[in-house]
Amino acid sequence: MNPVLLKIIVLVGILLVVLGLASGLIWLERRLLALWQDRYGPNRVGPFGLLQVMADMIKIFFKEDWIPPFADKWVFVFAPSIVMITVLLTFAIIPFTSVIQITDMNVGILFFLGMSSLGVYSVVLGGWASNNKYSLLGGMRAASQMLSYEVFMGLSLMGTVMLAGSFSLRAIVEAQQHMWFVIPQFLGFVLFFIAGVAETRRLPFDLPEAESELVAGFHSEYSGMKFGMFFVGEYLGVILISALISVLFFGGWLGPVLPPVVWIILKTLFFICFFILLRAALPRPRFDQLMSWGWKWMLPLTLANLAVTGAVVVAMRR
Amino acid sequence: MASPATTSISVLEQLQQRFGADAMIAQPSIDRIPTAWVGRDKLIEVMRYLKGEIDRPYRMLYDITAIDERVRTYREGQPPSDFTVVYFLFSFDRNEYLRVKVPLAEDHASVETLCRLWPNANWYEREIWDLFGIRFENHPFLERLIMPRSWKGHPLRKDHPARATEMGPFQLPEEKTEEEEERLRFRPEEWGLKRASDDSDFIFLNIGPQHPGTHGVLRVVLQLDGEVILDAIPEIGYHHRGAEKMGERQSWHTYIPYTDRIDYLAGVQNNLAYLTGVETLAGITVPPRGQVIRVMMSELFRIASHLVWYGTFAQDVGQMSPVFYMFNDRERAFGMVQAITGARMHPSWFRIGGTAHDLPKGWEKMFREFLDWMPERLREYDKIVMKNSIFKARTQGVGVLTTEQAIDWGATGPMLRATGLEWDFRKKQPYSGYENFEFDIPTATHGDCYDRAVVHVEEMRQSLRIIEQCVKNMPEGPYKSDHPLALPPIKDHTMHDIETLINHFLGVSWGPVIPAGEALGAIEAPKGNNGYYLVSDGSTVSYRTRIRTPSFAHMQILPEMTRGLMVPDLLAILGSMDFVLADIDR
Repeated sequence: MNPVLLKIIVLVGILLVVLGLASGLIWLERRLLALWQDRYGPNRVGPFGLLQVMADMIKIFFKEDWIPPFADKWVFVFAPSIVMITVLLTFAIIPFTSVIQITDMNVGILFFLGMSSLGVYSVVLGGWASNNKYSLLGGMRAASQMLSYEVFMGLSLMGTVMLAGSFSLRAIVEAQQHMWFVIPQFLGFVLFFIAGVAETRRLPFDLPEAESELVAGFHSEYSGMKFGMFFVGEYLGVILISALISVLFFGGWLGPVLPPVVWIILKTLFFICFFILLRAALPRPRFDQLMSWGWKWMLPLTLANLAVTGAVVVAMRR
Repeated sequence: MASPATTSISVLEQLQQRFGADAMIAQPSIDRIPTAWVGRDKLIEVMRYLKGEIDRPYRMLYDITAIDERVRTYREGQPPSDFTVVYFLFSFDRNEYLRVKVPLAEDHASVETLCRLWPNANWYEREIWDLFGIRFENHPFLERLIMPRSWKGHPLRKDHPARATEMGPFQLPEEKTEEEEERLRFRPEEWGLKRASDDSDFIFLNIGPQHPGTHGVLRVVLQLDGEVILDAIPEIGYHHRGAEKMGERQSWHTYIPYTDRIDYLAGVQNNLAYLTGVETLAGITVPPRGQVIRVMMSELFRIASHLVWYGTFAQDVGQMSPVFYMFNDRERAFGMVQAITGARMHPSWFRIGGTAHDLPKGWEKMFREFLDWMPERLREYDKIVMKNSIFKARTQGVGVLTTEQAIDWGATGPMLRATGLEWDFRKKQPYSGYENFEFDIPTATHGDCYDRAVVHVEEMRQSLRIIEQCVKNMPEGPYKSDHPLALPPIKDHTMHDIETLINHFLGVSWGPVIPAGEALGAIEAPKGNNGYYLVSDGSTVSYRTRIRTPSFAHMQILPEMTRGLMVPDLLAILGSMDFVLADIDR
């Protein structure tokens, strides 16, 4: 088959599956939360309430697309699209199987880190442009949270990079033929997972949103599809981090019996469910506690992990 | 009976010895609370003496209220007065209330403020200015507290109409709308707030009146430097429904449903506070079975109320799930309430002299199931909430209140017990037969948000203990008194003699005529001390109904507890305080 055509099919396929999954997650999260909280959740629209997502989408598309008169109009409109763009772009480097991957960059991990750093502009600009005090506080919190958690997010991945000897995600998966990296890099996995939750701004790291304090935080003023983009962007982020964890620490598509694509989907879904369970279980720490935790515990631990891994890798080479 | 009477003589005597016999007039009281009339020029001296110099001092200002005496008939032995300001003090050493009354003439309706002696006098005096138009000299901020600032007149005066239909049609033309909106414009200076310090401009943030963290229509104006709270000013009154004014129109009996809606989470506990007052006035003793049923239902509502507090508190610190579990348990409690009373949140089920019905068949089974169910659930919640390290980090050391401060600000209930003072009115001044039950008073030591939670949680266990004793030892016999003023009267008798039939007819058509007098009915409600100060003028309606609520007192402490903390701490403190807006605004 024409390689260009194949690429286009893969690209469109990934886009559709990921977007479909993201909206499906809205249903999944509501049902799972309900299950854990002794209630039913959406169960009226279609079988098991599955069409709830459709109903929500129709609603959100037909809502008045309101821009507050006091907002900074252009930034306000542009902000939600940033999160969509950066997250979707990052999916380009995820190797779902050895075939299904849009592009295998040799600096894949760096690309992901770069994109996730850009993603935070969405929240900060959205909060700033809304010209609302709650949004502003939310945006400020997002900025400082990202600053402190992105530092060790990047560093926590360097252990895997050292073991695989490459920044390319495909090479990292292939290096896990004999052993998943979660075993030698367990600390790295835990640290990356925590940073990932912070990156997606999910409980217990949902301080920019913090509905019991800041009403809806940075997106208080957003409605209609612009709010929808933040909303779907958050779920895309959850899928992205879950997929990355599977790829970096749990051998990606590798696994016995089942076809590779099933393995990556199973692994990703497992981590998605874990994200949702976290939200059901934990309270929200205070802003300054989160900061000091990040700098005083996470960062030193990451550095220690990096030093030990480096030493072991060097010793093994000898 | 004997001992309170002797102490009551002694405090009034002490006052007379100190200030001279003519400086003070003692008033006999039905509720055995010593009552002294003091001239307004002597007030500050007397209060200073009572707070600091007297032995076993009255350290807490429990309540301040007023009575418009201008159309009152029965005032034997009381000095002439158009408006009377009534101060309630409480002494923990004496375990005794004290009522100090100041008579005022209509054209000189003003008295010196008590704010310098007790900080919590602030809101009470503002409320009286608002509702009675009595001025308090040298008050730091004498503005309306409950009514909108544009309100004309003082609603609790007898000449102020009680119903909208007496006031002419309401109109809101364009210019009036603009005027009202202009009045709402926020100017920090009017609230005594600075806009900036030397090196930073402050943010002013309205938390509420519509906000997910305030549990109702409460507005808290925050002065922020970054996220640090410099000052927090609660503004109340959005939930005001004029419950006290309604008390002057409803018969003693038909007012019961209104009380349910004061602390709307505590259901029959409100009835109990009100009826304790009414029954003291009427001299009714509730038969043992009635008392035990009342205790059992009250404790069930204490659990229901605490469950709501528990879940919403967890939610306020960002924990999503517990509130669902706790509302499920509350649903069980409501199922039982419904089976017994026919209603759920607002059963209005207690009656003057007892309860509305006897317990239905099979009630023990329901309660036994609940008693088996709850302890396990409470243990589970300990694991989910109380032992959660993030929850601890958010609540320990936040919103600290010392016992000293708590007493100064009139805090009662779990708020006070969390500071370490073992004080529960069920034990110290038993009502409705609480002296017959075995239970402990849970306390904590630090007075922070976490300790308030500890006290609340342990109280639920104690309530279960009390309910268990009720189930095991429910006495036989009548559930309602056969006193002629008890309402509705027991029907059987009406079929046999004309006296009771007439009584029944009058009671049901007009309502009972409660003898003239004054009484305070105060109980340990789930949120703290809830008191009904009732003045009867020998008629079918109350002359004055004053409702002293714990939430009002506690909300006033908010600025004291939040200064220097951060916005999330404010929400944790609000969550831990256990208030409802209906209880604050009445």
